[in-house]
Amino acid sequence: MNAIWSALEWFTFSQQWRGPDGIPSRVVEHVWYSLLGFVITVLIALPAGLVLGHVRRGRLAGLTGFLVTSSANAARALPTLGLLILAVILTSAGDLVPILIPLVVLAVPPVLVNAYAGVQQVEPGLRDAAEGMGMRGRQVLLRVELPVAMPLILLGMRTAMIQIISTATIAAYVGLGGLGRYIVDGYARQDYDSMAGGAILVIALAVVTQFAFAGASRLTVSPGVRAR
Amino acid sequence: MSPSAFAPGDDEPLIRWDWIERNLGDDIAEAFQEHLILSFTPILLGLAIALPLGIACARWRRLYPVVLAATSVLYAVPAIALFVVLVAFTGLTYSTVIYPLALYTLSVLVPGVVDGLRSVPDHVRQSADAMGFGPLRRLVQVELPLAIPVVMAGLRVATVSNISLVSVGSLIGIGGLGELFTTGLQRDFPTPIIVGIALIIALALVSDVLLLLVQRLLTPWERGRVSRRPERAAAEAVTVAGGER
Repeated sequence: MNAIWSALEWFTFSQQWRGPDGIPSRVVEHVWYSLLGFVITVLIALPAGLVLGHVRRGRLAGLTGFLVTSSANAARALPTLGLLILAVILTSAGDLVPILIPLVVLAVPPVLVNAYAGVQQVEPGLRDAAEGMGMRGRQVLLRVELPVAMPLILLGMRTAMIQIISTATIAAYVGLGGLGRYIVDGYARQDYDSMAGGAILVIALAVVTQFAFAGASRLTVSPGVRAR
Repeated sequence: MSPSAFAPGDDEPLIRWDWIERNLGDDIAEAFQEHLILSFTPILLGLAIALPLGIACARWRRLYPVVLAATSVLYAVPAIALFVVLVAFTGLTYSTVIYPLALYTLSVLVPGVVDGLRSVPDHVRQSADAMGFGPLRRLVQVELPLAIPVVMAGLRVATVSNISLVSVGSLIGIGGLGELFTTGLQRDFPTPIIVGIALIIALALVSDVLLLLVQRLLTPWERGRVSRRPERAAAEAVTVAGGER
């Protein structure tokens, strides 16, 4: 328990709050990398999930469902750290790109599967009603299926964001900035206070993210869907 | 491990089979064994706590929201951060990795146990009562068996993600097969990393299939039924969305 107290003391030293290795700049770095990865992930996975969920006819629909669902299970089995290190060793690109690739690869499945399942689960009666009112396929997707699928889509996004935040932490091991630096550098220097300080900051960021998504769902999920 | 005079060149193959042969007996086998201990102990521990906790949550309705809120916040915390915080209490030991993973397992399993128990139809419960089953016998012989499929789904998810999460522990020196990753980075040498990734995926796959077989054995009444619609399966995969931290 003393170790935790001395780690909390680490926050009180003024040098922790200044310069490129200071807490504010590390937090900004971490949030920036995470948002970058998140935006790329959503741009890839959300449209794909919505469209694949929307198309239900044809022989390929069943196969698509199987593939989308297995992608989520496969992503769970992939060891993040191994992928990060492999990407960094095998590429000669700049610092950020080889790290962003595994970050996005691991975060795509939760968004994809949730968007897909959310649209798939819309009751057929609702879709028929929308078509009966004269909506075209795209309108059905955007005005009916998307709002109904919103809670699941947000769950997928939240899962992806949390995962990105932790992958970005681990990526400090292969040279990325952000909060993971305190943990990795602290371990190298045998400085437990710095490690614990970094860990506490990462936990705080993850919890804040959870609350941010809870707030986002209040804003974006339509009251009609929420009441069900 | 002995440092090898190795410098990657353009003519260097991606995988050096001779390195694998040289290290298979000791280093790789040792890391694999450590990996098994680190990933399966939390599963057993998590299951042992999740069952009574889930039964309690299904019985006392007020308890469940509290437990659910706690586990969902906990589940969002990156594993590496939990490992580091635990070092203060456990020192650098297997427990440092085992406890957080047991907590994750618990977070996945408790909702499964509660939903499983609640999914038992009322008329089934009344039939058991009518046949003279007491509450404990009803729980053990009727309700828990019916909850097995849901609990097993959670167990499979937890097992697969634990197996890949263990390797994150190598950042603090306790990571089973993850040690192969750090070795690979230190020597700028892809072979151990590829071996580590391949073994982790293989272990996850085999464990998943084994758990599925156990589930089939435990639920003979489910056999021969038409399998559920794929979208239902997708939905279940989603509700326990989560994964690697």
